[in-house]
Amino acid sequence: MKNESITRTFTVATVLCVVCAIIVSLSYVALKDMQDRNKALDMRVNILSAAGLVEPNAKVSSTQADELFANAKVVVVDLESGEIVDKTPQEVENDKTNVIALDPADDIAGLKQIKKYATVYLFNDESGALQTAVLPIVGTGLWSTMYGFLALNGDLTTVAHIVFYEHGETPGLGGEISNPNWTKKWEGKVAVDESGAPVIHTVKGTASKDDEVDAITGATLTSAGVTNTVQFWLGNKGYGPFLSKQRNGQNTTDAN
Amino acid sequence: MSLDAKQKKAFVEPLFKNNPVFIQILGICSALAVTTSMRNAVTMALAVTFVAAFSNLGVSLIRKYIPGSIRMIVEMVIIATFVILVDQLIKAFSYPLSKQLSVYVGLIITNCIVMGRAEAFAIKNGPCESLMDGIGNGFGYGAVLIVVAFFRELLGSGKIFGFVVLPTVQNGGWYVPNGLMVMAPAAFFLIGAIIWVLKTFNKNLQDAE
Repeated sequence: MKNESITRTFTVATVLCVVCAIIVSLSYVALKDMQDRNKALDMRVNILSAAGLVEPNAKVSSTQADELFANAKVVVVDLESGEIVDKTPQEVENDKTNVIALDPADDIAGLKQIKKYATVYLFNDESGALQTAVLPIVGTGLWSTMYGFLALNGDLTTVAHIVFYEHGETPGLGGEISNPNWTKKWEGKVAVDESGAPVIHTVKGTASKDDEVDAITGATLTSAGVTNTVQFWLGNKGYGPFLSKQRNGQNTTDAN
Repeated sequence: MSLDAKQKKAFVEPLFKNNPVFIQILGICSALAVTTSMRNAVTMALAVTFVAAFSNLGVSLIRKYIPGSIRMIVEMVIIATFVILVDQLIKAFSYPLSKQLSVYVGLIITNCIVMGRAEAFAIKNGPCESLMDGIGNGFGYGAVLIVVAFFRELLGSGKIFGFVVLPTVQNGGWYVPNGLMVMAPAAFFLIGAIIWVLKTFNKNLQDAE
């Protein structure tokens, strides 16, 4: 049995590993660009659908997304001061050092820590006035971390849309947070009161007030998680300072 | 390509008579995970067929050089290579699907069908038969996946291939979706039911007493 000698075993193993490694590396290198483009496009479609410019789950080509993004200003916000800073979204994304640890008392969305800087997308209408501001949000639901975008209308007090693009909530129950029929219920609701404090929340039964949204039946804890997530990000530790500066016209959006 | 009898047998047998899922009871784990919708099931079936076919072919081609002591590791490396290849391709060409299938494409590596066929068939048979055996087992697995997914998607979300058949209450229709169907245990029940029905009506499939 010459197959069984130690030299033979090592030779076969080495040759096979090298061949397989080459195949795998080649496929990775050759397809990486395409994969990155897909990922980026997917995220941009999420943002556009939060801004109400495309239907949820619509097929959008890269060029269409580019056109729709032409009216958008992508700005980086310092969450503590609420000021627009001169950084690029890429810098912020890869920045692992600038994080703020959250006090358990403030940490209603269950995040433990957040990044100091956030990327915000401001969409203007034809006259150049702010139409929607799309804010990335993240928070914990019942089982999972939910990632989404909250879009506010130009007045920065009412909700334009809300989108959750990634979560692991129970399919058919909490998972309904990504159902457009439910997220539609958020449209036009009052997000913050006159002082800028977040007021929007989900209620069991039928929402009767301007700042109430129907909770999802059978998904009380997920709905509470959504309320906490939205309230956290609209609050002082989230986009609160930025939104109030923005409302008072203290931020020049031309910074970027 | 004309097939001789042996190759044809290698392809046809796993479709029904020696189906990997309900006769060999292999690959149940992934059958639970990806059968919530038809689209996922079809993609998974194609991915497994691809991996099973080419890893069988690969193992069969080098079967005379593989030392017995590292036989299974060699099979595993070949399988893993093809799985990574499929995963990369799906991510590049069908990103929304890759998001839904997430880790399960990668987990084809642990799908007992692929490993089982390499070990039980490809290591002893010629490349052509092994290729056919891989395709046949992939299709046999896929067929069960698609049947299970049909019921789970229809009863669990009221849809077939994403098209609404039974409008659900959440979307303003009348159908109250069966929550169990979207969870993994439903696949167990369905596969169990399929095995039961098939074995009742086809006595040849029953274990010899």
